[in-house]
Amino acid sequence: MIEKEIKKTPLFETHKTMNAKIVDFSGWQMPVQYTTIIEEHLNTRNAGSLFDICHMGEIMVSGANAGSLLQYLLVGDVSSLAPGKIMYTFLCNEQGGTLDDLLIYMISDNEYMLVVNAGTTDTDLAWIMDHNRDDVKVQDISNKRGKLDLQGPVARKLLHKLCGNRIMELKRLRFIQTELFEKTVLISCSGYTGEDGFEIFCKLDEVIVLWDAILDAGSFVDVRPAGLGARNTLRLEAGYCLYGHELSGEITPVEASLGWAVSEVEDDYIGKKVLLKQKSVGTEKKLAAFEMVDRGIAREQCEIMCNGKRIGVVTSGSYSPTFRKPIGLCLIKSEFVKTGNNIDIIIREKLQRARIVKKPFYEYKG
Amino acid sequence: MNIPENLKYTEEHEWVKIEDGTAVMGITDFAQKMLTDVVFVELPEVGKQVEKGKPFIVVESVKSVSDVFAVLSGEVMEVNETVADDPALVNQDPYGKGWLVKIKISSVGETDSLLTHDAYLKLCEGEENK
Repeated sequence: MIEKEIKKTPLFETHKTMNAKIVDFSGWQMPVQYTTIIEEHLNTRNAGSLFDICHMGEIMVSGANAGSLLQYLLVGDVSSLAPGKIMYTFLCNEQGGTLDDLLIYMISDNEYMLVVNAGTTDTDLAWIMDHNRDDVKVQDISNKRGKLDLQGPVARKLLHKLCGNRIMELKRLRFIQTELFEKTVLISCSGYTGEDGFEIFCKLDEVIVLWDAILDAGSFVDVRPAGLGARNTLRLEAGYCLYGHELSGEITPVEASLGWAVSEVEDDYIGKKVLLKQKSVGTEKKLAAFEMVDRGIAREQCEIMCNGKRIGVVTSGSYSPTFRKPIGLCLIKSEFVKTGNNIDIIIREKLQRARIVKKPFYEYKG
Repeated sequence: MNIPENLKYTEEHEWVKIEDGTAVMGITDFAQKMLTDVVFVELPEVGKQVEKGKPFIVVESVKSVSDVFAVLSGEVMEVNETVADDPALVNQDPYGKGWLVKIKISSVGETDSLLTHDAYLKLCEGEENK
């Protein structure tokens, strides 16, 4: 048996001293919660939270042909980017199956940064290298880069105080390079919570200093640390997909109701034929949001029924701290995806009533 | 850690109070702290026959689903409907308003294997130091 490498971020000991409950996430020892998931979730919605996201991967792609390589590998329209802009997009295989979902940051005409999932960083890197035809420089900088997410309604004001006026004008999916506590950082207006917020990229060895300084400065406006538990319930309410759940090698972006992000550019890209066909004629299954009518909490992989027939499966399910009821996302036969439709979910061998609702549960507040 | 002296315990972190052939049970303070926010409790039906050590209640936090095991064999006499409506009672008052079920004990001998206050305290201290 191969012993799996246990990975820790520089903040591991800090989390432990803050009494965090630590869990394994894609091979990383990460804080799932410091107090309770509900408390941290609501604090993100009402004030602000700081998340240690150093486990995520960063891949730099640079060179004269970087843009054309990326256009061939990514499903989005890379030519729509400009320096300082970000796009949410996917790496797909020939069948349209999703290898990863990611954010691409255009640094300059010849340089891009891909922010990828922790569990797929290595396979993404190998996939990009395998398709590199024109000596484009592809570099995994994950072990040099730290990432902290500051999310919530107070985030902008706090960062404004800490790094100046440019933050106030920073729009969603835009980034700047700036100074924060005298450290050079890249700050993007982006996040995974449904709140206005920022992702802060720094040198890995400066992450502890920044973590402490942000929490110290933020304590006056109730900015507190939050773990991956709250991150998950926040993203679920906001209707965002989580790789390995709503997206996978067997699920295409169109099936995950992300057809808007599948571009119709002239250039060829991997998966284009299948994805464009799916976009025009539809797919057999589709992602939908549901809320429980009965009390049970439908968890991932619970089967979904309608009139006695199996129509799909739950991809993510949890209790929603904001709405105080169980909610979830599911992949079901497309004809059943209609707001208000009644479905049944099998929880511990019992049928529990649920209904399809509009996605997202929680509208983006930025 | 809150471990009342007048109760008996199990290694699975259930507590039980035995009076006149009936057992009231719930989960311990240690258990509710490990679970954190309890958001759902699935209780058995009254009249159900249960067997010592078998799962018959489900307690869920935001992230986790946990079985609660029958502390003793017998028949479910009463379930705490209030806790089904307000699962947070398990966190707020695990030994009081957060009780889960009452069981009519069918075999008295089974009570011998329950843990005393001291034995349970030792068990919790051992788990905390893990």
